[in-house]
Amino acid sequence: MRYLPLTDSDRQAMLAAIGVAGIDDLFKDVPASARRQAPVDLPLHAGEMEVERRLTALAQKNLSAGCAPFFIGAGAYRHHLPAAVDALIQRGEFLTSYTPYQPEISQGTLQYLFEFQSQVALLTGMDVANASMYDAATATAEAAAMACRITKRTHVLLSGDLHPHYRSVTATALQYSGPEVEALAPDPLGTEDLIGRIGPDTACVVAQNPGFFGHLRDVTALAAACHAAGALLVVAVTEPVSLGLIKAPGQMDADIVVAEGQSIGNPMSFGGPGLGLFATRDKFVRQMPGRLVGQTVDEDGRRGWVLTLSTREQHIRREKATSNICTNSGLCALAFTIHLSLLGEEGFRRLARLNHAHAVLLAEKLGAVKGVRVLNRTFFNEFAITLPKPAADVAEALAGRGILGGVPASRFYPSYPELGEVLLLAATETTAEADMDALASALREVL
Amino acid sequence: MSNTYFTTEHEWIDVDGDIGTVGITDHAQHALGDVVFVELPALGKRVAKATEAAVVESVKAASEVFSPVSGDIVAVNDAIVEQPGLVNEAAETTAWFFKLRLADPAELTGLMDRAAYDEFVKGLE
Amino acid sequence: MAETASGNRGLMLEEPLIFELDSPGQCGVDLPEPPPVIDRLGGLERPGPIGLPGLSEPTVVRHYTRLSQKNVGIDSLMYPLGSCTMKHNPRINEKLARLPGLADIHPFQPTSTVQGALELIDLTAHWLKTLTGMPAIAMSPAAGAHGEFCGLMTIRAALEDRGDKRLRVLVPESAHGTNPASAAACGFTVDPIPATARGRVDLAALKAKLGGDVAALMLTNPNTCGLFEDEILEIAEAIHQAGGYFYCDGANYNAIVGRVRVADLGVDVMHINLHKTFSTPHGGGGPGAGPTVLSAALAPFAPLPAVVHDDKGFRLVEHAGHSGAKPCGRLKGYHGQFGVFVRALAYMMSMGADGLRQASSDAVLSANYLLAELSSDLTPSFAGPCMHEALFDDRFLKGSGVTTLDFAKAMIDEGFHPMTMYFPLVVHGALLMEPTETESRDSLDRFIASLRSLAGRARSGDAALFKAAPVFTPRRRLDETAAARTPVLRWRR
Repeated sequence: MRYLPLTDSDRQAMLAAIGVAGIDDLFKDVPASARRQAPVDLPLHAGEMEVERRLTALAQKNLSAGCAPFFIGAGAYRHHLPAAVDALIQRGEFLTSYTPYQPEISQGTLQYLFEFQSQVALLTGMDVANASMYDAATATAEAAAMACRITKRTHVLLSGDLHPHYRSVTATALQYSGPEVEALAPDPLGTEDLIGRIGPDTACVVAQNPGFFGHLRDVTALAAACHAAGALLVVAVTEPVSLGLIKAPGQMDADIVVAEGQSIGNPMSFGGPGLGLFATRDKFVRQMPGRLVGQTVDEDGRRGWVLTLSTREQHIRREKATSNICTNSGLCALAFTIHLSLLGEEGFRRLARLNHAHAVLLAEKLGAVKGVRVLNRTFFNEFAITLPKPAADVAEALAGRGILGGVPASRFYPSYPELGEVLLLAATETTAEADMDALASALREVL
Repeated sequence: MSNTYFTTEHEWIDVDGDIGTVGITDHAQHALGDVVFVELPALGKRVAKATEAAVVESVKAASEVFSPVSGDIVAVNDAIVEQPGLVNEAAETTAWFFKLRLADPAELTGLMDRAAYDEFVKGLE
Repeated sequence: MAETASGNRGLMLEEPLIFELDSPGQCGVDLPEPPPVIDRLGGLERPGPIGLPGLSEPTVVRHYTRLSQKNVGIDSLMYPLGSCTMKHNPRINEKLARLPGLADIHPFQPTSTVQGALELIDLTAHWLKTLTGMPAIAMSPAAGAHGEFCGLMTIRAALEDRGDKRLRVLVPESAHGTNPASAAACGFTVDPIPATARGRVDLAALKAKLGGDVAALMLTNPNTCGLFEDEILEIAEAIHQAGGYFYCDGANYNAIVGRVRVADLGVDVMHINLHKTFSTPHGGGGPGAGPTVLSAALAPFAPLPAVVHDDKGFRLVEHAGHSGAKPCGRLKGYHGQFGVFVRALAYMMSMGADGLRQASSDAVLSANYLLAELSSDLTPSFAGPCMHEALFDDRFLKGSGVTTLDFAKAMIDEGFHPMTMYFPLVVHGALLMEPTETESRDSLDRFIASLRSLAGRARSGDAALFKAAPVFTPRRRLDETAAARTPVLRWRR
């Protein structure tokens, strides 16, 4: 077994040094009835060649996005990943290190997390960001819980244009800890009234921009209404590339911003792992969940970085911690920060404009297909259309033609028949014009 | 400080008339290490005996400060919020946390005096 | 030490922040000019610059390469961080996770186009269920703490379903901080239970705390002192008799995988840290994964989604309402940490049933070897045998003026990552060492020799050496007090 360095003679010598006859003597505290004498009923060890063969066979049963005209978004996006990103994150000193508990020999991790926090704060337009959460869905739940702690209120209002997974994760996570979560009906037209639903118990309103159905909204007035009522505004972002082109939540007075960072630096990977971005105002930092890196100096006066404000966290505060989270998404944050560093101001803005331009082109081409209606007046890189027949059937028919042509809204909202003919589509910088034409002509055949 | 009383949670209270000044003991600041953050109660807030009234944190520990008696907060020491390190330098004098108007002076009975507290701390070591 | 003009010390290179390398207008990615379109932004354009620095690709590559050189990983040295399981991370795992058929697939593709991905989740689940002997599993938790949350949510849902208002959760004092934090997040109250002088749960104290209001016991086994709870069957029986559930924290499952099935210990629910037991990389603090195995009684309450198989192939159940299930909700976006599953499955297939059993045996053997060889120089907290980690306390440093922290920092200068310090809390100045099965005997012997030497220097009164350590590192001890008193959490121009 190639991962085990001990030889049989090593094992014998070590047992002798310990003073026991055999390995079973070291397991004597396990009740005899629970000690298994033989391996469990699973395959025996296998070489690299064999493992590669088996998993490659599974991979080949999937239609990967690069092998098809591809238009799926809805919270996970396909972007081009520069080769340098993956090469750098696989350096063993990053890949195989633990949480930076020993700062003298973890300055690499600590410095890139400090850079990451700075980049996230800049993108979102906020004062401060943490070192990341599991994903945006769990970050949304954490943001709602944080707003309840700050305001000492219990009503959490979720927009109908918030990603359905963020909605259900928030409702699940908060269901036994006190708050009352009100999730509004899905809002495919982007017309819901959130301000009118803010009440004296409202701890926060959670909105999304761009919305799940793609609409852009200026939340400045919503923020003002929240603040006037003593509530906070949480803004979720599923596509952080949008922040290169549209107004940042911080520029619209949001109090907490959560976002899914996968788009920048990370593959879709069937939806996991993700990268939860979490940013807020300076005054709320002590109520923030998750790890934080701060600047300091060492004994020689040289600048360095450490984990800080740890008394918020579970390993110190235990049941009174701001969250039970222990880890973050370190390596995904590294990929994010490297990709964003490669892009820089110019590249990031151009990337955002490319995404938007491709989506506008796609909307124009699909809008010209008989029976298709684009629902959005505004959007960034994804939008919703209605079809003359069930969107789920259309998506299947397109898949049958080798086209991954969007995601039916009914997949998220099966109990809303009025959404049965709504299809969500996204375009990114990777979407070729020929792919758009292929989708449009396939739609003409299918409809 | 004959009017000073101590709790088993390492708070002290110095009583002058119906006003009590509360802080943490030198033993407590020493056990915490460098204090980096202090959170004080709001003025006018009513606190109950032996309930959380303030928070004091070092790099590796967070600790609640319990009010030794019940009462209304009449003053807080903003200096230790600005400079938490003062708690390490003068825990039992200028680095007091808050002052309150005692609701019931009878609650003082049952707290320790200096000698009893010193003995209590010795027993912990 | 003389200062150089550059501030560098040979190969120990100073590296500014990425923002301080800004060359405005520079870009490390060549993108085409967007086609001209009439925008659909509705006037919501972002005003003003964002403030990101501009850099070329060589500058970026060198920056992050230099940062990596200020780090150490398992690839670099022995990393005996107790309770964290820093074992070798095989590179075949990384290679396979990057196959386009696994990395370049979207969570909302029609399921007909991702049959291989669903089969992979199902197969990973099958291995984990078979190894633990448990009938059901929730695959979506993103980490150990998230798995705890998942387990407690299913317990809470099961209790509600039977109309039971139990809210008290018993947690040993030696538990990870995540245990009480997870319990609190599920609305439970936490009641600590003490340990015995043998480093185990005090069964009598536990029984005294049991009652009709106890929802669950959370117990790490092997426990955080590195010991197997030898009264586990009695503990399980007691909690079950009281009508509560037995949550096992699987953080230390790597000590028993392949040798003990947790189903045979009376466990109702346990999370598994794939980044510990199954070799997926810790990545400087994540991402991990915390699939959670469940008993038949708790299975109906598992969170969504679930992968199921029928004559038409694999399907994803993403909504409540199918037969018999009463899911506690959804804990995470999409379908779990898929990329981590790929790596863990590659590892399990590589090791096989026989190799996993050998791995836990070697992990326990190596920890006992450290315990035996260091017993006369350091002070073990409890009598052996231990499981996969050996716990010492700071009695051997008494009177030396050297603390556990100082000792750990001196280990860095000796070329080792320190062990876990000051955890568990139940012993004074804890030093918790977990060598794992992937250290060679030569490596273990060099570690033992260095620790003996350090212990000798501490006893001989060389406290100054320890107080100054580390000195051969990119940075010496950092001022954490200053960092916390005046937080600087981001770069500003």
